[in-house]
Amino acid sequence: MVFFALSILVLASSAFLALASGGLAARARIIGAGGALLGSALGLVSVLKVLFMTGAEAYAGWPAFSVPLGRLALSIDPLAAFFLLPVYLLTAFAAVYGAEYLGAGGGRRTGAAWCCFNLLTASMALVFASANAVLFMLAWEAMAVSSFLLVVYDHHKEQVRRAARIYLVAGGAGALALLLLFSLLGASSGTLDFAAFARPEGGAAAAAFLAALLGFGLKAGVVPLHVWLPEAHPAAPSHVSAVMSGVMIKTGVYGLVRTLGWLAPWDGWWGPALLLAGLASGLVGVIFALAQHDLKRLLAYSSVENIGIILMGLGLGVTASASGSTAVAGLCFGGALLHALNHSLFKGLLFMGAGAVMHATGTGELEALGGLAKRMPRASLYFLAGAAAISGLPPFNGFISEFLIFLGSFGALRGPEAPALWSVAVLLALAAIGGLAGACFARAYGSVFLGEPRSSRCHSAHDCGAPMLAGLALPAAACLFIGLFPSAAAGPAAAAVSSAFGAEPGAAFLSAAELPLAYVSAGALALVLLLALAAALRVFLLRGKVPAAGPTWDCGYAAPTARMQYGASSFAQPLTDFFRPLLRTAGRHAPPDGYFPRGSEFHTEAGAVFYNNFYAPAALMLRRAAYRFSWLQHGRLQFYILYIIGALLALLLWKL
Amino acid sequence: METLETATRFAAALLLAPLLPGIVNRVKALFAGRKGRPTLQLYYDLAKLARKVPVYSRTTTWVFKAGPAAGLAAAVCALGVLPFGGRPGPLAFEGDFLFIIGLLAFSRFMTVLAALDTGSAFEGMGASREAQFAVFSEPAFFLSLAALSRVTGEFSLAGMFLSLTPDSWRAAAPVLALVTAALFIVMLAENCRVPADDPDTHLELTMIHEVMALDHGGPELAYILYGASLKLWLFAALIAAAVLPRHSGSWLYDGAFFLAAMGGIAAAVGIAESAMARLRMLKVPYMLMGGLIFAALALLFQTGR
Repeated sequence: MVFFALSILVLASSAFLALASGGLAARARIIGAGGALLGSALGLVSVLKVLFMTGAEAYAGWPAFSVPLGRLALSIDPLAAFFLLPVYLLTAFAAVYGAEYLGAGGGRRTGAAWCCFNLLTASMALVFASANAVLFMLAWEAMAVSSFLLVVYDHHKEQVRRAARIYLVAGGAGALALLLLFSLLGASSGTLDFAAFARPEGGAAAAAFLAALLGFGLKAGVVPLHVWLPEAHPAAPSHVSAVMSGVMIKTGVYGLVRTLGWLAPWDGWWGPALLLAGLASGLVGVIFALAQHDLKRLLAYSSVENIGIILMGLGLGVTASASGSTAVAGLCFGGALLHALNHSLFKGLLFMGAGAVMHATGTGELEALGGLAKRMPRASLYFLAGAAAISGLPPFNGFISEFLIFLGSFGALRGPEAPALWSVAVLLALAAIGGLAGACFARAYGSVFLGEPRSSRCHSAHDCGAPMLAGLALPAAACLFIGLFPSAAAGPAAAAVSSAFGAEPGAAFLSAAELPLAYVSAGALALVLLLALAAALRVFLLRGKVPAAGPTWDCGYAAPTARMQYGASSFAQPLTDFFRPLLRTAGRHAPPDGYFPRGSEFHTEAGAVFYNNFYAPAALMLRRAAYRFSWLQHGRLQFYILYIIGALLALLLWKL
Repeated sequence: METLETATRFAAALLLAPLLPGIVNRVKALFAGRKGRPTLQLYYDLAKLARKVPVYSRTTTWVFKAGPAAGLAAAVCALGVLPFGGRPGPLAFEGDFLFIIGLLAFSRFMTVLAALDTGSAFEGMGASREAQFAVFSEPAFFLSLAALSRVTGEFSLAGMFLSLTPDSWRAAAPVLALVTAALFIVMLAENCRVPADDPDTHLELTMIHEVMALDHGGPELAYILYGASLKLWLFAALIAAAVLPRHSGSWLYDGAFFLAAMGGIAAAVGIAESAMARLRMLKVPYMLMGGLIFAALALLFQTGR
């Protein structure tokens, strides 16, 4: 716990020092990135102690900060530690990466950005470590504010300002729902300390569950509450997008898991509700990701998809444990939590890879990129690892967590009827999501890194410097490590499951997953070995021969150009056409006309369907309704003071 | 002794797989009244390709060369999991079929990337179609295995197929028949056979799998062809084990029976190819949906039983 307090202290003080360094970009960089690194290292010590040394769970009460209905205490149990692990890992990677990425800001003052970055990390760490609702909400709002400030980093762009506004509104709405949740829990248990929370009576429990689903779902980006995510995440600088998409949205998952712990025993419909929310997020997220033209927006939608996979795991786990299948529940919970960790690693890697591409070419537009694998060989290799991992392919970590959830759903299939039918839905959705995600990331990698450059922007691109490459290589190595040695991650995941849902599912997870994971590990190693053998055999067969170089065979066409390649839109077109009713892709199409066509045009745009068709009209209606009350807000200060006095008096009278 | 037997079975699968496309071609030639290629043609092709010097497009990178190697490595690795003649593979475990599906997805991902690496519009077309069909065939494959898992109550391929007996056909014939049909459809699509794709087509525009290999030559093409035959072996073995569950004590008898079943399935593929034309490209997803629905029905019947 000392290390944890120290890490918060280092992060906070380096944040303010970086701010004070003013216009000196070099100093801000050293203080900001250095502070983030040191803070993460200190925090990692406390986290690893909890995860790997049994009985290291520590409470550090601070009686000095006693508040009404409890005290501001910190606690790191294995569940919190499991979520803190990616916070610190990704902060460290992003800090190394950001040192170069922000340094090239072109004379921008980066002190404020580093300040917000370190505050964001500190507040996220506090969210996971707080043991009291008041402290939790304080940290939660600090996290929202610091990330908001980072989203508006490029505030000279109108699109970024718009994204930031949407983000701010979404954050506020989520916090309101959480206040409702904590009021309900506090009213039933008489305290706001997490440890003493008890399940409210009757309908209040269901209301609390819905409030949690709304509040935490907003932060996690659950469909249909995800509209802010594809706007805000791409707007931030790439290393911040990495932290936001990789870790910050996991605070929503963490909150849901904690709430499930407080509200046990669960009502029968909660599991299916979570499962359906996950199903919708997973499918909608990946289908929209497939239709995006911008690399960072694609990644943001894919975060929605992965949150969906996590929620499906949680939902099936809840459903199964309601029917008494502890082993299935353990596998689903463990898979979901492990997927949260895995997603942090590969999504962080991919966002930073996207940043490297934009750094080198100045654009993230898929149709303007291409051929970067030749120009940025190392960054493209790491990006490929991330793309394979997020598509759930062996030998990477994404496969491991999806494997566990699959194993859980196959287990549920053998059990009683209700979870069995839900597990069919999960199986079907997960399989479809797997195929779609593979298509989506093959498309992303193919159109950015392979083939010929589609615009002149790519010609002068080159690999980024050592810090940014290190920021990519480290998470890539972590993805491969968990993929090859999944048993190493199973222990901490089991501990997290135990501390969240009780010792039984945790132990069941460990015993049910141990052997399959050992075999998967052997299989993944065999795959790597076979790959090496195939490569060696190729070298052997080609010994002493010099392969010739020529143009690409294009059906005998002699003068192919880069524009004749299959583009990102054409690659996805069969699938986007199939899902057209959902995607509502808008487009202009002027086909070539006549015997000597002068020109033609094809333009499509993947709109923000949920925002345009639901939230924007709803916001307009709300604004119209609010306008009727505008007489309340007239700008006269004395009346405002009267409102305040009136409200206070009313409160006093109510309390009497 | 056990290790030796397992190794023998594994080696037999690796050696015999290129025979399957040969059988398919013999059957097709027989139907068309042609003389046809020798049954061992693929072996000759592989030997020839291994000696050839490839030409690489200047557009390509290492991904182009990694694609075929990844496809072959994944197929060999998947064979390690696969049961052979009612005996478990060397790497059989609870949930092993999930690993096989992961390996197939890995091989597909790398093949698609290798195709995109050439920057050719035709290869891009094939890659796009391959990615599209996978979205429909993968769920169908999953659901068929889920139905089998529910019928047998087992988690591993070996377990499933060991506990399938002629009696399970008597008890759950509709379920198993639907599963077999779904698996057969998935096999045709995944292995690019008629009616999903025509391996003998000569027009780039209509190709799917072949077009992705247009720029590959020499050892890489050999890897692709050999990997494809291993994949056909894999699916045929799954169907053989599901349709003809028979376990006697003697592994010689079981193995011979299994090999005969494999030949039968290859002949069935050849008959299907001779009897029907390929579907229009736009109709292939409907066929895969049909497979998906077969598998879903099987699962529903089994869950309701």
